[in-house]
Amino acid sequence: MVEKNDVTRLTYEQALAELETIVNTLESEQRSLEEALSLFARGQALTQHCTTLLDKAELKVRQVSDAMLETPTAED
Amino acid sequence: MTAFYIKGMLELMEQPSLFAPTFWTISDINRYLRQMLEDDPQLQDLWVQGEISNYSRPASGHLYFTLKDSSAALKCVMWRSDAQRNKLPLRDGLAVEVHGKVSMYEAGGQLQLYADLIRPAGEGRLYQEFLRLKAMLEAEGLFDPIRKRSMPPFPHRIGIVTSPTGAALQDMLNTLRRRYPLAEVILSPTPVQGDEAPAGIVAALERLNQAARPDIILVARGGGSLEDLWAFNDERVVRTIAASEAPVITGIGHETDFTLADFAADLRAPTPTAAAELATPNRLDLLATVEEQTNRLNKTMLSIISDLRWQLNDQHNRLQRYSPLNRINNYRQRQDEITHRLHSAMLHNEQLRRIHLESLHTRLESLNPAAVLKRGFAILTRREDDQVITSYRQVRSDDEVQVQVSDGKFSAKVLGS
Repeated sequence: MVEKNDVTRLTYEQALAELETIVNTLESEQRSLEEALSLFARGQALTQHCTTLLDKAELKVRQVSDAMLETPTAED
Repeated sequence: MTAFYIKGMLELMEQPSLFAPTFWTISDINRYLRQMLEDDPQLQDLWVQGEISNYSRPASGHLYFTLKDSSAALKCVMWRSDAQRNKLPLRDGLAVEVHGKVSMYEAGGQLQLYADLIRPAGEGRLYQEFLRLKAMLEAEGLFDPIRKRSMPPFPHRIGIVTSPTGAALQDMLNTLRRRYPLAEVILSPTPVQGDEAPAGIVAALERLNQAARPDIILVARGGGSLEDLWAFNDERVVRTIAASEAPVITGIGHETDFTLADFAADLRAPTPTAAAELATPNRLDLLATVEEQTNRLNKTMLSIISDLRWQLNDQHNRLQRYSPLNRINNYRQRQDEITHRLHSAMLHNEQLRRIHLESLHTRLESLNPAAVLKRGFAILTRREDDQVITSYRQVRSDDEVQVQVSDGKFSAKVLGS
């Protein structure tokens, strides 16, 4: 099972996509109680992360400079 | 003198007769002239170029002015309905191009240009250039809908090409802050009008694409005249936008302003604020989505647990029904019953025995010789062998006998039998 502490490193887009997958899985597939509980816990962690991102985020504004390429974007 | 006389006579003969059979009224003449003017198609739809003078705008709302060039002047009027639609501020000395028709104000015999449109002088020329460039670039396919890319739904990095001091930038930042603060904004500043603008915009775009690799680029500036916005019709700017690695959203001027940059962009917004809106999802919508997923998650989990609990209950019930415990309980119950019956039986038995015993006891008691003795009987025994005498034959006269009565014994002699 995936670790919970790497949830916070996901982008909003990634976290939301995983959350939707988990919900779909729980709704449609039969899983053991243990698996269901584990998925549920991960789902809760993802929800929390998404909400935190949306509530706490502050717009970062910078001016373009040639050194900018060193900063990785989420796709990197 | 004769020459003058003859000349005069000839002129007199050429003059129109002072006693014509018909004559015109002033109204007739003016009406005739007006009709002539309005019958001429060239005069009904024309553009006139000149400088404004004697400009006045009375309370009626109609505009009155004179258009002049270096050697001539023409009176103009613009009715209030057209004047209200006119956005160009008018004043004496302004060089303009005016569209309208030429006719005559009959009552005053006034030749006039009835204007319906006024634009700055030279704008006509600019607009021609606009059309020429548009046709050329369109033919190259730069504006093809196929080329237009869709926007990433969750942009991480948004580049902005605009003037650092304009209101457009602040409007866009406010919009982004409100809607999608998750994004990072990279500003690439440039002048947005004037001669340096086209080169500046090109450089700003290239810098963004090369140095910052944004997910979306917004190209924006506030409203202005065709001349103010002209940099965004510049061929270099249009080509750079078309070649941009990141998809471009333009928000230039007001709703009705269309520049060639807008046609080349992947998406055109009517204003800078709208451009920022098109680039991002709304934070509130996103929160609602998360909440919806959370509700589904909780509901599903509860449902799963509820199902499992029901299954467990069902199994439990079935287990109970076939449990050996039942049998044990059954046996216990039977045992209790039997034990109880045993006790009852035993009790009953004991009672019977007791009764029996008591009756024996009573009978025994009644057979107690002591009781008999108390009733006055005595036990006689022969002195010689202690034999109990039960018959008269056991004794003869003068035998000594022992008499036992209830409280002791004494001797006696037999007198005779």
